[in-house]
Amino acid sequence: MSKAVKQSEKVPAIRLQNITKRFGTVVANDNVSLSVEHGQILSILGENGSGKTTLMNMIAGIYFPDHGRIFVDGQEVVIRSPKDAFRYGIGMIHQHFKLVDVFSATENIVLGLDSEPKFSLKQSARKIMEIAIQYGFDIDPDKKIYEMSVSEKQTVEILKVLYRGADILILDEPTAVLTPQETEKLFAVLRRMRDSGKAIIIITHKLHEVLSLSDQVAVLCKGRYAGTVNTAETNESRLTEMMVGKKVTLNIARSEPKDPVDRLIVEGISCKNREGTELLHDISFTARAGEILGIAGIAGSGQRELLEAIAGLQHVNGKILYRNPKTGQTDDLRDKTPVQIRELGVRLSFVPEDRLGMGLVGNMDIVDNIMLRSYKKGRGFFLERKSPRSLAEKIINDLEVVTPGANTPVRRLSGGNVQKVLVGREIAASPTVLMAAYPVRGLDINASFTIYNLLNQQKENGVAVIFVGEDLDVLLELSDRIMVISSGRIAGTVDARTATKEEIGLLMTKNAVQEGGAADGAANA
Amino acid sequence: MAQQTHKTKEPLFHIAKRDAIVWWKAWGIRIAAILLALVVSGLVSFLLTGENPLRIYVTMLDGAFGTKRRIWGMLQNLAMLLCVSVAVTPAFKMRFWNIGAEGQVLVGGLASAACMILLGDKLPNALLLLVILAASVLAGALWALIPAVFRAKWMTNETLFTLMMNYIAIQLVSFFVYKWSVPKGSGQVGVINRATHAGWMPVIGKYDYLLNILIVAAITLFMYIYLKYSKHGYEIAVVGESENTARYIGIPVKKVIIRTMLISGAICGLAGMLLVSGTDHTISRDTAAGRGFTAIMVSWMAKFNPVFMVLTAFLIAFLEKGATEVSTAFGLNESFSDIITGIIIFFIIGCEFFIQYTVKFREKEAAK
Repeated sequence: MSKAVKQSEKVPAIRLQNITKRFGTVVANDNVSLSVEHGQILSILGENGSGKTTLMNMIAGIYFPDHGRIFVDGQEVVIRSPKDAFRYGIGMIHQHFKLVDVFSATENIVLGLDSEPKFSLKQSARKIMEIAIQYGFDIDPDKKIYEMSVSEKQTVEILKVLYRGADILILDEPTAVLTPQETEKLFAVLRRMRDSGKAIIIITHKLHEVLSLSDQVAVLCKGRYAGTVNTAETNESRLTEMMVGKKVTLNIARSEPKDPVDRLIVEGISCKNREGTELLHDISFTARAGEILGIAGIAGSGQRELLEAIAGLQHVNGKILYRNPKTGQTDDLRDKTPVQIRELGVRLSFVPEDRLGMGLVGNMDIVDNIMLRSYKKGRGFFLERKSPRSLAEKIINDLEVVTPGANTPVRRLSGGNVQKVLVGREIAASPTVLMAAYPVRGLDINASFTIYNLLNQQKENGVAVIFVGEDLDVLLELSDRIMVISSGRIAGTVDARTATKEEIGLLMTKNAVQEGGAADGAANA
Repeated sequence: MAQQTHKTKEPLFHIAKRDAIVWWKAWGIRIAAILLALVVSGLVSFLLTGENPLRIYVTMLDGAFGTKRRIWGMLQNLAMLLCVSVAVTPAFKMRFWNIGAEGQVLVGGLASAACMILLGDKLPNALLLLVILAASVLAGALWALIPAVFRAKWMTNETLFTLMMNYIAIQLVSFFVYKWSVPKGSGQVGVINRATHAGWMPVIGKYDYLLNILIVAAITLFMYIYLKYSKHGYEIAVVGESENTARYIGIPVKKVIIRTMLISGAICGLAGMLLVSGTDHTISRDTAAGRGFTAIMVSWMAKFNPVFMVLTAFLIAFLEKGATEVSTAFGLNESFSDIITGIIIFFIIGCEFFIQYTVKFREKEAAK
């Protein structure tokens, strides 16, 4: 009874009040407040690392907030686990599906439910079909997960939370893995759910989806809550402005490039993943010596594949030409292994995104990690640890790495110090090309500036620096040129000295619209 | 809404990963675990048999160290167990779960026996021994190579593969034991070349087992140096920790997997030779005596450090000898010795958890 009264007074289905969450020194969510009503779709918009997923994980019971309160239907609740979340009718569909491959849809949906009075798969399947028909899902309850397409798996995930009686649904980037047609289908289902009185929160960074689907948009910017607007009263450029925030001046010293020479010329590279989805499409650019080329884009737009292709870790089509400054020769690095690239005399350094999983070995000490690049030196059977040790000590001194000693496993160091070891090692190889993927992610301000200065020094020494970043303020102040990629394509290249954040923000998100146009064009041709 | 009155409480304690532990604390935990293990196994023995636990421990010590013969016997067991443990270590360090050491030892032993039987009267002894060495090492290496190639090329599951290879090896040995059995059809090979001692490894002085022990000591030292100071050992560590890093740095992962398994299998094959040509001078399907599996535990308990492995292998060898003695001395069957061994090993392995993790109790007042 009271519930009905509350709804008529528009008590929000869920309300967050001053939620704060920190991970170590990093503030993921800073004093965020927002609310959704029944029968409403709220989009949460923000760049990568703006704290969208962290915030939703707190509602779903995966994280627990450091501060702040959560209200469901006007009553304050404590959500300690996903089970608690379900009790309050909250269901989250995660970006990465959590399904058992060899089970059928029904088995996955009822998995972990202990409240069933009598366990009958047949009955459950019938109930699932009822829900599916009600909202217009296409589903075969007996189909095994491993036989399903990505969108079918997503349907199972959504049915899983509906089956558990969820009233509040959270979807974390549901369209990232879908084709445009599948996306439309999903949106139709979501609208039907909204009309039946469910509260829906959808995380996304695609502006046109926000505008076409949601009733309200809450914008997060670097963990802060930038405000909620009614979709009807806003447009793309206003949202972009909110999302990227006011320009912050960082005072990174940037010098003019001194006689830049073409060093790395990438011509039309493309690659697909195992499922046949295109990860990179016809990417061409030139990295010049003595210049920092910034690469901006939503995470997962192909940045990793691009750098790994250049480093010899990813098969691609096209050409990766390297102009050797010593011999004047041009070599194609495509499909060469890292060893072959080194043997060509190409001094290529790479600071990968995954520091402890790729760039370094967590359980090895600093000396052994420094040695990764050079352990093969010398003809002997045995390792030579003397020069790596002195290099390790030099890096510890020069970059002020905080560590008990050179024999400490790197996994025990803090994120910033881990990164100093990695960047220090890569720079010590005196590269001609230096690629760095998200080199300041998770670092505090001082460590970040150490890295910026190192990259700038390299640039001044005539290295061609490729810097993949997520913070647009940093990209704008550090780079000379910025290439924006979106869904594996180049969306545009801008001069970092004159470009604005909004310009880049629009480029980062625009491509999805263009993609449809490009596909049409191809069909016509 | 009754469900909303449900209050979620913080649990009484939770478990957190330790950052790092000082060495003396770690060893304190280990010693405490051993003491606790002795108390519990004493209690269990008392409850089951009514014997005085102290007498049981004295009997255990006596079983392992009571006479010179027993000491030598235990040292031989220790050496052979250590040899197989050292053999599986490079594979395990590479996170290649080679549980096929049993089969690799057996085929090594089989190759030795074949050379002794077929070439016993045809070659001078020194040459014969060299042939035996080559044959057993190659046989062990081949047995390890097959799963390694499949894993490197097609990502097959090495655990199942090496396990299956064990069964093939056991059946192969059964087949040849029947073929070579003396007298025909008895199902036992008996002592090979009893009269001529052809293909028997030489004995140093009067000590039957001394040569074996010295060889194993040398292999152990070699493996320690190989893993710690050689480029190969470094590559093994990197591949084991993260194949992604290995790729990134340009280590040929497939080559390292195959090379490491060849070494692992070769040492297992050599262990087979030490058993057949060195001490047993016969072969049966029990020649490896489960060492291929016990070795995994020995290697793991020593955290893949060949020098620590001397200690863990000693512990297992001592427990086996001692517990067997307890069973016979008190007229119990051998299951009893397994119970004692099981309890002690449970505590020793279990205590590693408390070295890695710490238990934190809820604080009385969570101040907001």
